Amino acid sequence: MSRRTYLLRKLIFALVTIFVVLVINFVLFRVLPGDPVRAVIGRNVKISAEAQQALRQQFGLDKPIFPDQFLDTLRQWAQGNLGISWSLRRPVAEILMSKLGNTLLLIGLGQLLSIILGVFLGLFAGWKRKTVFDVAALTFSLIAWATPTFWLGIILLAAGSSWLGLPTGGIVSPENVGKPLYTVLPDLARHLVLPTLTLTILYLGEYMLIMRSSILEVLSEDYILTAKAKGMSPWQVLWRHALKNAMLPIVTIVALNLGFTVSGAIYIETVFSYDGLGKLFQTALVKQDYPLLQGAFLLLAVSVIVANFLADILYTALDPRVKAN
Amino acid sequence: MRESWLLFWRNLREFWRVFRHNRMGMIGAFLLLSAVLIALFAPFLSPYEPSLVIRDATGRGLTFAPPAVHGPLGTDDAGRDVWTQLVYGARISLLVGLLAGFIAMFIGSLLGILAGYFGGWIDTLIMRVTDVLLVIPDLPLMLVLVATLRQMELKISPLVVLILVIGLLYWTSTARLVRSQVLSIKERQFVARARAIGAGHFHIIRRHILPQLMPLIVANTVLILSTAILIESGLSFLGLGDPTQPSWGTMLNFAFDRNAISNGAWWFYLPPGLAIVWVSLGCVLLGNVLEEMLNPRLTAHHLEGDVRVRPLEGEGAYG
Repeated sequence: MSRRTYLLRKLIFALVTIFVVLVINFVLFRVLPGDPVRAVIGRNVKISAEAQQALRQQFGLDKPIFPDQFLDTLRQWAQGNLGISWSLRRPVAEILMSKLGNTLLLIGLGQLLSIILGVFLGLFAGWKRKTVFDVAALTFSLIAWATPTFWLGIILLAAGSSWLGLPTGGIVSPENVGKPLYTVLPDLARHLVLPTLTLTILYLGEYMLIMRSSILEVLSEDYILTAKAKGMSPWQVLWRHALKNAMLPIVTIVALNLGFTVSGAIYIETVFSYDGLGKLFQTALVKQDYPLLQGAFLLLAVSVIVANFLADILYTALDPRVKAN
Repeated sequence: MRESWLLFWRNLREFWRVFRHNRMGMIGAFLLLSAVLIALFAPFLSPYEPSLVIRDATGRGLTFAPPAVHGPLGTDDAGRDVWTQLVYGARISLLVGLLAGFIAMFIGSLLGILAGYFGGWIDTLIMRVTDVLLVIPDLPLMLVLVATLRQMELKISPLVVLILVIGLLYWTSTARLVRSQVLSIKERQFVARARAIGAGHFHIIRRHILPQLMPLIVANTVLILSTAILIESGLSFLGLGDPTQPSWGTMLNFAFDRNAISNGAWWFYLPPGLAIVWVSLGCVLLGNVLEEMLNPRLTAHHLEGDVRVRPLEGEGAYG
């Protein structure tokens, strides 16, 4: 299979998956009881029967659900029109966009830190196999896996706020709300410490494990033996030959983990009242704000699918074996 | 019938002989079993009803009382005994996890067998559905599903909704695992022989493939159980549990919502989380060891020259 056919297949798969997400979103929205007109104008707005009928026609709700209404809805979504939030009374798309940056900042930092730490600790654990360090690393990964994200957040929140005096929630202190984030960096950093730490601990274990098994596999290859035979020092072997090859699985794992990352963001933003998409999702859930919930789901799901596809492209670019085929 | 029971018994004894020397496996089994026993004997472990409000001498509810003032684990925001909540919560957490895990295991095994055994378009279809499910972020999907199901006012318990949603979404890893095993089993000679003497598909699957798969499915179910319990705790923490039948996740939801952290009530938010780690760690340890021990059985069959059906002591793979 050439690289082009491989990517084409991945592209078709991504498109089909996005379509499935669109269908799920549409179907769930339609099985909700009550009048869809309410979904647009809000639940408690008083409106006459005639006006309601006029709205039904205007939004095409008198037409058959499939295909007319479905295609209509798709067109709306494609134009970025995700409806109006019931609780916030603002367009859903606008609300989502205002929170996206905060979430990307949090999960970006968490992923970056856990990848860097995970790669080095995993490398070391694999290299020093069956030593105390290796056993400790394995135990840590196991316990991190078995710990619920939100509970780890709660513990760090309790410990960090009472012992270190770190802020308990939000993205900046109340007096700095509304100012551009780059003007209040020290305050922002203090608020980011605990949520980022939670995310890092959470992902660290997995990256460490992947890196460890990857390096063990690479170290058993013939070219490592050759490098050693040439008289290279262990560090040179590790740095010049092993690390580069062992890094490949990390790319795939980062992509595969994106869904997991999104889950982590929902829990952690809830615990730390961090003003991002995850917290928004939880608020929409509690307030039963369906347009907001559906919009947030659409955005999260489609981003993860697209990111997975991008990771596939990156992988084929990085791995010469895929290129050669 | 009698003979197969004898064989089963012998296999079990043989299994135990190897298993009891495996430290990880024994720790895992201890963690899981102790939680199950606590859940079963909850009424004997606490003198109170879970919803009872503990009162002081003046008749006022004893809220956020530390362990030094009341019971082994103090009281919660409403004055209820935390230890009692914890042991009764074990019932809910384990039950939801078990039932969800069984649904996932059943769907996963069924689809895995169908895909692996029949191949062709059935295989393609099932595997594509699995791929799609793996890419869609699971927590947002579950939250949207649960929210919709609740809004539909179906008059079913929130716990049943949780069980169904977790069970119906977490079968993908089982399906993949079972499929790959079926692919290798169906190439074996004994399947070809059964087919040659005219055995039907159902007979071959039931009599020749399923028995070979069983150990793997058991090990996988234990692993799925840990996922199901973790997911249940998360969904309940986000407020999707049943407040009248609190699981460990629901307890943490209460603790967080009612400011146990700012009140310094560590006895309210630490124990439920530790309990979740206790059980999920137990499942992971036990599941991994079972998988390691039981899997080699799939590499040989008693009709294929090598008569070894059971794991034998002293072999590297089982150590």
